Amino acid sequence: MSNKILVYIDQYKGEALPTSWEVLGAAQELAAKLSSEVVALTLGQDTQAVATQAFKYGAKEVYYCDDQTLADYRAEPYTSLVAKFAKEQSANVLLFPTTTRGRELAAMCSIDLEGGVLPDVTALEVENGRVIAIRPVYAGKLLCKTYCETGPAIITTRVRAFKKPAEDSSRSGTPVRYDPVMTETEIQSKVAGYSQAEAGVSLTDANVIVSGGRGVSNNPALTPPAGLDEKASEIWRAQEGFKLVGELASVLRGAVGASRAAVDAGYVPYSHQVGQTGKVVSPDLYIACGISGAIQHQAGMRSSKVIVAINKDVEAPIFKLARFGVVGDLFTMLPPLTEAFRKKMGK
Amino acid sequence: MNIVVCIKQVPDSAAKVVAEGGQVTWGDAPLVLNPWDEFALEAALVQQEASGGDVTAICIGNETAKEALKTALAMGCSQAILVTDPALSEADSQAVSHVLAAAVKKVGNVDLALFGKQAIDSDTGVTAAQTARCLGWPILSSVSVIKAEPGSIHVERSIEEGRQIVDCKLPAAISVSKDIGEPRYPSFMGIRKASRATIPEWTISDLGIDAPKAVVRWPELINPPAREVTTEMISGDSPQEIAEKLVEKILGEKVL
Repeated sequence: MSNKILVYIDQYKGEALPTSWEVLGAAQELAAKLSSEVVALTLGQDTQAVATQAFKYGAKEVYYCDDQTLADYRAEPYTSLVAKFAKEQSANVLLFPTTTRGRELAAMCSIDLEGGVLPDVTALEVENGRVIAIRPVYAGKLLCKTYCETGPAIITTRVRAFKKPAEDSSRSGTPVRYDPVMTETEIQSKVAGYSQAEAGVSLTDANVIVSGGRGVSNNPALTPPAGLDEKASEIWRAQEGFKLVGELASVLRGAVGASRAAVDAGYVPYSHQVGQTGKVVSPDLYIACGISGAIQHQAGMRSSKVIVAINKDVEAPIFKLARFGVVGDLFTMLPPLTEAFRKKMGK
Repeated sequence: MNIVVCIKQVPDSAAKVVAEGGQVTWGDAPLVLNPWDEFALEAALVQQEASGGDVTAICIGNETAKEALKTALAMGCSQAILVTDPALSEADSQAVSHVLAAAVKKVGNVDLALFGKQAIDSDTGVTAAQTARCLGWPILSSVSVIKAEPGSIHVERSIEEGRQIVDCKLPAAISVSKDIGEPRYPSFMGIRKASRATIPEWTISDLGIDAPKAVVRWPELINPPAREVTTEMISGDSPQEIAEKLVEKILGEKVL
């Protein structure tokens, strides 16, 4: 009876997503407890370099598929390949990173493999030879202890929840090439292109996030340009406020987040929203500026390591989560804070 | 174009959710239509307005879930169906997607199955892709723009790296992102129509399948450990002084 853990290495245009290595780390810990072997798989076009890199993060056995039909991620050819490979390897645990691709693949493989999917887990344990996953539910208000009774356990790990193993450049190996299973004519979808990604650090990967709330539009010292109506003036004020947020984020090489209120008011695009109906993040440092900290916002950021809150209202619930708090106006606080970090970090 | 929207009823997002004896409780907070599903309904209704066809809302649940279906009807869906069966009380996402796929087949002539991004209770975000796989349809997740053409659709979807533009043959399944557009409020006429509607109930045997067996177990729900944090308020005579103190404190945490 085989006892293998399959790790899916997520890549984009020939570069592995860093969270893929976190998954490989989690797999190695599980493998030690289950006395099983880890086999890694990556798919796409020009993937050999990613496959080779996997050895440096501890993989012992790596497969890759390098094919034009896989150049753009599409769920069907990717799923068919991963599921076929998992069957051949008789993998009883499959691990994916919780990315858009990883979650989709895990979901679809669970149907092909008649297993169960345990998405977005933050911890893994082994009890009596069975993999037990801990996953946040109800937007992190509760934790769920969960496992698969039969079939392979198909798990996606939350970004930044597992430690990335150190890269060991002395390790190497030769990855094994694997053939695609679907031909272009069998695939129902075609990728027509990509639209420009927004510049800046991705929220879910960021070590530091500086977020702005509805309060960023309230700077009384600003006079909007003449000719703007009330809503346009508010947006203009908010954008001026988000510039301050962005400057601090940029000094800290972090990403800009926002509360739902700021997104709904049209201050910043939805891709910045942190919270229950936005992104769930867990950076090392989260600086909340002018965010009161509604329960839905907390759901998206409460697992951040260090939380700093800057708010005019001393009663704001965000202060209860914060390691450090400043009661004050973000417009007077952010510029000197950015400057002070610039001096320290510039060294 | 005929569209099915798969919806779920969940505790309100503001509910105080607590685990007691390993089980979830939410006091007297109301059950509502899953907020993400409102975006899927909106997307479906926009397509219907543009190109006709029916929009059918399907929900798995018990009698109380009819309220979520009535919200869908009030927003403008053509029909709503409750799939209800005691055999589904322990259903996991695999079982749910097999049942939804069978229900989509029973509705018949469906071009598009729409889903919200995830349900705010179980937070799995896998049902759309699983149902698509059960149907043998392609899945396009996190979609923010849908343009329908005869026999195909053109969508924009969010991925980690930006937006991917995809052309896809129908039928297909889609999970909808929040930036598809603000969901409409039910109209007065819609609410009246919904309150009078009789919602058909389908059981597992009506769907012509065997009750799917759950694979995933969740024996215990636990309250997360309290965030042990002592809040230190930083003050000073000037913003500069506060800023410098704060920077020292943050650097002292050794996270940068």
